[in-house]
Amino acid sequence: MMASSYNAKEEDGHPSGASGHGGPGVVKSKKPDNTAFKQQRLPAWQPILTAGTVLPAFFVIGLIFIPIGIGLFVTSNNIKEFEIDYTGVDMDSPCYTCAKNSSWNNTTPCTCSVDFTLEQPFESNVFMYYGLSNFYQNHRRYVKSRDDSQLNGGRSALMEPSKECEPYRKTDGVPIAPCGAIANSLFNDTLELFHIDSNGSRNAVPLVKKGIAWWTDKHVKFRNPGGNNNLTLAFQGDFSKPVNWRKPVYELDPSDPENNGFINEDFIVWMRTAALPTFRKLYRIIQKKSSTTPTLPSGKYTLDITYNYPVLSFDGRKRMILSTISWMGGKNPFLGIAYITVGSICFFLGVVLLIIHYKYDTRNNSADIPN
Amino acid sequence: MGMDFSTLRTLISRYCVGEENWVDSRTIYIGHKEPPPGTEAFIQQRFPDNRIVSSKYTFWNFIPKNMFEQFRRVANFYFLIIFLVQLIIDTPTSPITSGLPLFFVITVTAIKQGYEDWLRHKADNAVNKCPVHVVQHGKVLRKQSRKLRVGDVVLVKEDESFPCDLILLSSSRDDGTCYVTTASLDGESSHKTYYAVQDTKAYNTEKEVDSIHATIECEQPQPDLYKSVQHTDLNKAFLPLGSENLLLRGATLKNTEYIFAVAIYTGMETKMALNYQSKSQKRSAVEKSMNAYLVVYLCILISKAVINTVLKYAWQADPNRDEPWYNERTEVERQRHVLIRAFTDFLAFMVLFNYIIPVSMYVTVEMQKFLGSYFIMWDDEMFDEELGERAVVNTSDLNEELGQVEYVFTDKTGTLTENNMEFIECCVDGHVYVPGREAETRGPATEHEELFFRALCLCHTVQVKEEETVDGIKHGIHQGKSTSFYISSSPDEVALVEGMKRLGFTYLRLKDGQMEILNREDEIERFELLEVLTFDSVRRRMSVIVRANTGKILYLFCKGADSSIFPRVISGKVDQVRARVEHNAVEGLRTLCVAYRPLSPEQYQEVCHLLSSAKLALQDRDKRLAEAYDLIEKDLILLGATAVEDRLQEKAADTIESLHKAGMKVWVLTGDKMETAAATCYASKLFRRNTQILELTTKRTEEQSLHDVLYVLCLFSLSGDCTDYGLIIDGATLSAVMRPGQEDSNSGNYKEIFLEICRNCSAVLCCRMAPLQKAQIVKLIKASKEHPITLAIGDGANDVSMILEAHVGIGIMGKEGRQAVRNSDYAIPKFKHLKKMLLVHGHYYYIRISELVQYFFYKNVCFIFPQFLYQFFCGFSQQPLYDTAYLTLYNISFTSLPILLYSLIEQHINMDILKKDPSLYRDIAKNSLLRWPSFIYWTVLGVYDAIVMFFGAYFLFDNTTFTSNGQMFGNWTFGTLVFTVLVFTVTFKLALDTHYWTWINHFVIWGSLIFFVVFSLLWGGIIWPFLNYQRMYYVFMQMLSSGPAWLSIILLITASLLPDVVKKVIWRALWPTTTERIQVGSN
Repeated sequence: MMASSYNAKEEDGHPSGASGHGGPGVVKSKKPDNTAFKQQRLPAWQPILTAGTVLPAFFVIGLIFIPIGIGLFVTSNNIKEFEIDYTGVDMDSPCYTCAKNSSWNNTTPCTCSVDFTLEQPFESNVFMYYGLSNFYQNHRRYVKSRDDSQLNGGRSALMEPSKECEPYRKTDGVPIAPCGAIANSLFNDTLELFHIDSNGSRNAVPLVKKGIAWWTDKHVKFRNPGGNNNLTLAFQGDFSKPVNWRKPVYELDPSDPENNGFINEDFIVWMRTAALPTFRKLYRIIQKKSSTTPTLPSGKYTLDITYNYPVLSFDGRKRMILSTISWMGGKNPFLGIAYITVGSICFFLGVVLLIIHYKYDTRNNSADIPN
Repeated sequence: MGMDFSTLRTLISRYCVGEENWVDSRTIYIGHKEPPPGTEAFIQQRFPDNRIVSSKYTFWNFIPKNMFEQFRRVANFYFLIIFLVQLIIDTPTSPITSGLPLFFVITVTAIKQGYEDWLRHKADNAVNKCPVHVVQHGKVLRKQSRKLRVGDVVLVKEDESFPCDLILLSSSRDDGTCYVTTASLDGESSHKTYYAVQDTKAYNTEKEVDSIHATIECEQPQPDLYKSVQHTDLNKAFLPLGSENLLLRGATLKNTEYIFAVAIYTGMETKMALNYQSKSQKRSAVEKSMNAYLVVYLCILISKAVINTVLKYAWQADPNRDEPWYNERTEVERQRHVLIRAFTDFLAFMVLFNYIIPVSMYVTVEMQKFLGSYFIMWDDEMFDEELGERAVVNTSDLNEELGQVEYVFTDKTGTLTENNMEFIECCVDGHVYVPGREAETRGPATEHEELFFRALCLCHTVQVKEEETVDGIKHGIHQGKSTSFYISSSPDEVALVEGMKRLGFTYLRLKDGQMEILNREDEIERFELLEVLTFDSVRRRMSVIVRANTGKILYLFCKGADSSIFPRVISGKVDQVRARVEHNAVEGLRTLCVAYRPLSPEQYQEVCHLLSSAKLALQDRDKRLAEAYDLIEKDLILLGATAVEDRLQEKAADTIESLHKAGMKVWVLTGDKMETAAATCYASKLFRRNTQILELTTKRTEEQSLHDVLYVLCLFSLSGDCTDYGLIIDGATLSAVMRPGQEDSNSGNYKEIFLEICRNCSAVLCCRMAPLQKAQIVKLIKASKEHPITLAIGDGANDVSMILEAHVGIGIMGKEGRQAVRNSDYAIPKFKHLKKMLLVHGHYYYIRISELVQYFFYKNVCFIFPQFLYQFFCGFSQQPLYDTAYLTLYNISFTSLPILLYSLIEQHINMDILKKDPSLYRDIAKNSLLRWPSFIYWTVLGVYDAIVMFFGAYFLFDNTTFTSNGQMFGNWTFGTLVFTVLVFTVTFKLALDTHYWTWINHFVIWGSLIFFVVFSLLWGGIIWPFLNYQRMYYVFMQMLSSGPAWLSIILLITASLLPDVVKKVIWRALWPTTTERIQVGSN
């Protein structure tokens, strides 16, 4: 690395030992500085990992991890979760006909209802999810097929969407809003939940559609062009709706201007692409009514589905999930089990190391000290 | 030992074998007095101007040429290809991810090289523009040096350096001589005398010089500094010119007012410029391992890409998977041929996984080597007060090789010993004279005694360094004041002449071809110096022919090694002298024999004839001179012998002992007599009292055939009764062993048997070695089947060949010029510094760089393997797991500084312990930290960590939420979670490996982690206007707002680090290495 090709010139002025009169004047700066850094003698902490030093750490980790794991496991087990597949693959399932007939060209919505029973009451807030399986939202072609500037209300991007949106960028030369494969395949089943009273009457369970998307997404990342008012005006004419949509973007939720257009929460939730091919997305929240009655008392329920979304072509499945939530999220025994496992392993290793420490380490040390 | 430079000669002639038989010669017309056009046999020859160009680039070609040079490196080229692939095809990651690091690396290197070249330009300009004096039309003109042309007559004044290679025409001195120091060429500071061409030496004014009409015929330029053949055609008479007439560019005129000389080689054809050949690049064992690993990783990379491509197409066979309704291809893509698509997919996978071979590793390794080498230069303990010199690093590529040395080849004189010669005694016909005691022993002076002292006063090439004026010198010496010094390229000669001075015979000076001696009676004796038959290491002797002014008798005085004198002696008390020589040699003294031969005027005529015809030869002049010398130096009469002591360098014995304990085999290669060398070896503890010495010398091979001797020794050394063997071999036997391919089948095995013997010997002494044999030995050992790492250490020009040949060449800043230092990889002031150099610096650098290399591969396995796994869950669509910023910055900033600083300042054991306990060096022998098992361990560890990280995140994300508000995370949060665990894990892994926590380590390790967190917060905290995607917006913060994310990060880091910690602790407890025991013991 160090160039030495013109050493000869550099050495012209060098003193030389042979003539014996180099003189002290020439020597001046050659002596290296005696600093701790240059002499590699910086003060330092020199830890060594031995059985003796690591032992306590293992026990401590074990003692901390196992209780955490148990706590997580219990919490997870206390979470109530109910899941129902309404795809309609089987002949006897209520959505079979809808599933058979559903395609993008259908203009008449197909509806079906699924009955189910909750064995246990669901306390506090209940979260309603829809789940899709075998749906590759994380496919590269799919993930990148969006235009964030357009979704942020950028005017120029609205007129001229990003190339990444191909082939869902323009129809007949008219830009699509919102463009791209993700937006185009927006989940458009409508789910409604009814509680069947003991006397057989259907009571609609109130579903809250706000608060299902990240706050930052709804308020910063996604924006309607030209504000939330007069969306019809902002989008009309110059744009076409995504090919698979039944209604344009400004009619996603005409009842609430704060939830319409690009800032429609269902839309935002869908636009956050899932990590794995089997995923669930938050659909609605069922808020706790009072402290005395459970949010969803045990009993019979009916799920009314407006069946629009075809999944059978790619062998997909659709589910509806009801779940309560704790501080650690939904039902997931993994974390608890993992903590217990790692904690136990640490504890076990601690014991092994303790044995090793007393059998070997001390012997080695004492044998070596005379050296 | 550096009495000659035949080493360099042989060496250089190896470089330019083709030019050896270059018959073409050039004709130079002094002062451009060409014959008028039309004259026959005149062909205008074109010579380059005197411009020196050491720079590589010009302003215009810098960018293309530098880019070309840089992309010739395989690694850079690979990254360029990846970058281009990213530009051309639709790849998963943006071209920035590989373009930015590559751009960074290329730019930094280009800036560095550009700066170096700018310095060279500046130096070139300074040289090329410096004024020179040229004689034109009888006047002296000033010219810029670069405008000088071949044939110009140049005036050089005292203390100026020669602007090009010149033939000396005349000088201000009456005798036509001038003094020159060639310190900048070969490092010799002694003043050498050069002679003007006999016929022109009288022309010493501008006018007279301008009137010379002559041509010079000389060889085409060649790089050999010490060889030149020309002759001049002056007034139709041929005169020989030799190296004594040739003044080389770069040398400086001393003690001479001015000279006139004619330029014969200019610019890039000067010998100095031709000698700027770069040395061949040495590669360290670590680098070789690194390249092997790279190949493995390249295979892994390609197989990953192939596997994924195949799986992708298997998986996509179902069109509903290939193109479900929600995710259609564009029309253009659909129409592409499936093979093209498959190939594009393959390339895309390559791009996705290419980070497994990181650009930054090369940069980090280079930086580590470059910056790390400063610790060698800064080392206070390797500074020598006496010389005022500190260690020099000429190449930083071999730092870690210092920790891998298995064989040390050392020169004796000047390396093991001080090369500070002291005259001990002389013996004339068996009578011993010791300076200071001569009064008692002196009887009436015999004829031999008189001749002996005069011989030593005359037979040398010592010069007197004049401090004052020419006339002040006699005064100075006479008064015993040190106003003058003896200077010679050989310290032996100085010691001899100084010894003679103490015995009463003072050499005063050489003036007008007369050597002056002040004898015991304070009378000045004058001898006319007729011929000097210079020393060379083949003959191992030198002679002078002088004529005493009184007796008109001619003498040839010859001094040289006993082996080269005794066979040529016809009378004298050979036995007594031989006995004394052997006695002295056993004492470890350096001996020389002195002989003479009276010459009659007829014989002298014959000698003159022989010499001049040899000197006049244009071709094979060396060979013919050697033949002539051989004829002249015969029928000698032995006078006596001298003994000079060369003291051992301080702590030489301690150093050798440490090297032995460290498991290194030390070989001493010397040109000295066996007895002298053996005595030094005992003194330096190379051989101990209980060492079983095996001899493989001419003496023994005379008795038995070489075959038998080897066979016996081999059996003997294998019998293993004694643990400690030493071998002594001499040059002649060695060349017999090395002689290749004779007819009988056994000879081929000699080398093998010899190597077998050597393997069992801890110390080997090779005496009577010619310089080239030193290199041969090194080569022999290098090529033996274990391919051991060799180190050669020496101080003289005769060691250059082995310094260049060995894996690591170390030069000692000795008294014999700077040849060795210049050609070495590292230079140290004293032999004792070798201990710290190898045991401390070498050990540290090896530990550091091996961790650096292993860690780099490890952290990139951890980095890329999750991405590989992710492909199985995203339909093999090359979806990257991490965001572009993370992909780009992972190697550049999140994980780069901790390992760089670790590799600069890690000390797994304290320096003092390393020095105290050399056996620790054995722990890292044979590249032990970079062998395949440990490489596989690191890789498996990386894969394990990757699996833990990926599947940990996978199960956490699996179809559930982990926020307390029920909201879901997407794929970017998944990647960010894995990446966060990754960055913390690899950084903590390094922290666990760090044994030496200075504030710097704390700063970079915790600093890197903090930087990662701050960067992530920033990166996700703002809608970046220049980005066309906002995928990372608030992802990191949302993740951190979830409790289970924290818990899983902690869990996954713990689980990733656990096996490594357990492995370390258990191995340390059950199978500790010496190093580990010491670590525990010292705490």
